[in-house]
Amino acid sequence: MDAGSILTAAGVMAGIGILLSLILAIANKKLHVYEDPRIDTVDELLPQANCGACGVPGCRAFAELVVKGEIAPGKCTVADPKEIDKIAEFLGVDAGGSDKKIAYLACAGGSNVARQRATYDGVKTCQAANLVAGGGKGCSWGCLGLADCERVCDFDAISMDENSLPVVDAVKCTACGDCVEICPKGLFSIQPMSHKLWVACKNLQANEEAEDECEVACTGCGRCAMDASPGLIDMVNNLAVINFEHNHKANENIIQRCPTGAIVWFNKDNTESIKGKNAKKIIRKSSIPMG
Amino acid sequence: MANSFKHGIHPPEKKEISADKSIKRFPFAPYLVIHLAQHIGKPAKAIVKEGQEVQRGQKIAEADGFVSVPMHSPATGVIKKIAPMLDFDGKMSPSIIIEPHPGSDQNVLVGREVEPDSLTPEEIVKAVQEMGMVGLGGAAFPSHVKFSPPKDKPVQTLIINGAECEPYLTSDYRVMLEQAKRILRGIKIVMKALGAKETIIGIEDNKKDAAQVLKDAISVDDSAVKYVKVEVLKTKYPQGAEKMLTKALVNKEIPSGGLPADIGVMVSNIATVSEIGELLPKGQGLIERVVTISGKGVDNPGNYLIPMGTPLEFVLKHAGVNEKARHVIFGGPMMGKSAAYLEMPITKGASGILVMTEEEHAPKKQKVYPCIRCGECVNACPLFLNPSRLGILARNDEFDKMAEDYNLNDCFECGSCTYVCPSNIPLVQYFRVAKKVLREGRQRKQQSIAG
Repeated sequence: MDAGSILTAAGVMAGIGILLSLILAIANKKLHVYEDPRIDTVDELLPQANCGACGVPGCRAFAELVVKGEIAPGKCTVADPKEIDKIAEFLGVDAGGSDKKIAYLACAGGSNVARQRATYDGVKTCQAANLVAGGGKGCSWGCLGLADCERVCDFDAISMDENSLPVVDAVKCTACGDCVEICPKGLFSIQPMSHKLWVACKNLQANEEAEDECEVACTGCGRCAMDASPGLIDMVNNLAVINFEHNHKANENIIQRCPTGAIVWFNKDNTESIKGKNAKKIIRKSSIPMG
Repeated sequence: MANSFKHGIHPPEKKEISADKSIKRFPFAPYLVIHLAQHIGKPAKAIVKEGQEVQRGQKIAEADGFVSVPMHSPATGVIKKIAPMLDFDGKMSPSIIIEPHPGSDQNVLVGREVEPDSLTPEEIVKAVQEMGMVGLGGAAFPSHVKFSPPKDKPVQTLIINGAECEPYLTSDYRVMLEQAKRILRGIKIVMKALGAKETIIGIEDNKKDAAQVLKDAISVDDSAVKYVKVEVLKTKYPQGAEKMLTKALVNKEIPSGGLPADIGVMVSNIATVSEIGELLPKGQGLIERVVTISGKGVDNPGNYLIPMGTPLEFVLKHAGVNEKARHVIFGGPMMGKSAAYLEMPITKGASGILVMTEEEHAPKKQKVYPCIRCGECVNACPLFLNPSRLGILARNDEFDKMAEDYNLNDCFECGSCTYVCPSNIPLVQYFRVAKKVLREGRQRKQQSIAG
């Protein structure tokens, strides 16, 4: 083989290479889509949980909207507040939505205070139990305690306590709403942590009827509504319902006369719910026996 | 060889406990609870006030729309309360609570007599709705809606379900033995409403005497002898399911997701036509029904005519509930619902109440093992579904795949797969959860589109 044909082959290859790279270079210029470089930076600061709790499909899409200014960085419920501040600072916008939201449980009827009326024997999930005559709990609104919420939570923020009642970890909770969706009794709701006043009950029965089934039920006595500023608490179907539009009027005195402790006040970090002074003391640690 | 369908199971019949007990009347309970939403469709609207005096048979709630039925007072008494009460699903559901007057009797004074022959089909449908009539087999679907099929799908054949394939239950059997004339009267009325040409009554071969009673009644009835016939079917569960019964009697299959009207048939329960035959000519409403009370947990099992709204507690006491009673089931053991509260009342859909002892309900402690792919459930499923595969998908929450690739929505929860599963996997319960999740997902989607 002579050197000429080797050189020709190399030359042809080089020629094709240069030609194609030229086409690529032109295409790159002609078909360029401008993307704000800030999107990448913001995206990197986001937690990449892709949970959708912000209402946008995924963190990348959220970053695009944040850069466009269509959504406040604070709408990401998962990210550390410090990261949110960094994003806000980087973009020079207001962090917004700084009030962290978490899941609130509207039931305090653990097995030590709420009566079970029938033994449920079947698939051990709340959704399955709820299809069998509501699960057999005395209070037909109450938590079934089979931990669907604990299993569905991607952030390990829900754990069942010794009385089979879910406890939300305010630090870990990202307000993604999965527990709200799965609970067959609809006991979870997403609330800003500024909501300190809370009714941990959904029972619509009145007086002894409610208290017979659960020692911490709202009996519909209306004392909290009387003690609160007008408009803050309404009595609807024997249940105290808080109107959070008037949340600024809420204070710890409202819960003091509650006889069962169904209405509670959360401490600063929502790690503890405080009952009123007149709420009856719950001494029982174990489950209430059947019968 | 008697007619039947393919697959299915044969659980112990247990009908001997109550089969020879003739229908007996129940006394009035101290209070009666009438749920306004005890049928499929829109709940009825109360038309009485608290404290009002009502008569036995008087209408106390009216139908709210076409797919809805009115309610009638089962006793002469006073309206105690109109408030939510516990229902089958353990939810509080709006109800009328009636306190019967002591000594109020069983006579029904309300109601205007009509001659069924003089009514047009439309008038019959209207009258059936006014009766508050629903399917008494258990589903409680408003009968008049069934009796008005779409105009382009005429019904030629009326199929009457006398199979009563659920173990323990004998209420339909007693109805056939004791109410043959009423049944034939009801069949004529329903046939006229539908414009049907023939009627086939399907009865399992463990109730041959009931089939004979009906045959005898037909042979002495000049008009019935021309178009009503009785067919004896093989005793097999779920013979009484709409799709199975149609296959066995006319050898046609109801299409997946379709209605019997698609192949020109309509299926009605035998107790339903019996009540229509009795009440429609009298212009009265449905205020009581025949219920089988059975199981080893009661000392007086039998077939009872129980006023609607009688609380379970009273029913059990009257039937002599004993110390061994542990489980109470509304309906049959295969498809019935467990009761969790004794305040639950008898509703229009309650065909039986089973009071079971510990050993009867669960002979041995049933541990659930993993699926070994033995295929028993596939051989049992009367709809030729694959319960094993569905069960595995359900455990992984792949509900969409269950519905799209494995026809989950054809499953009518007969329980045959669960019954035969050697690993004790509660398949039907998984399917119920999957269906509910899918249904709620659909509703949410619709709401988000609408809102």
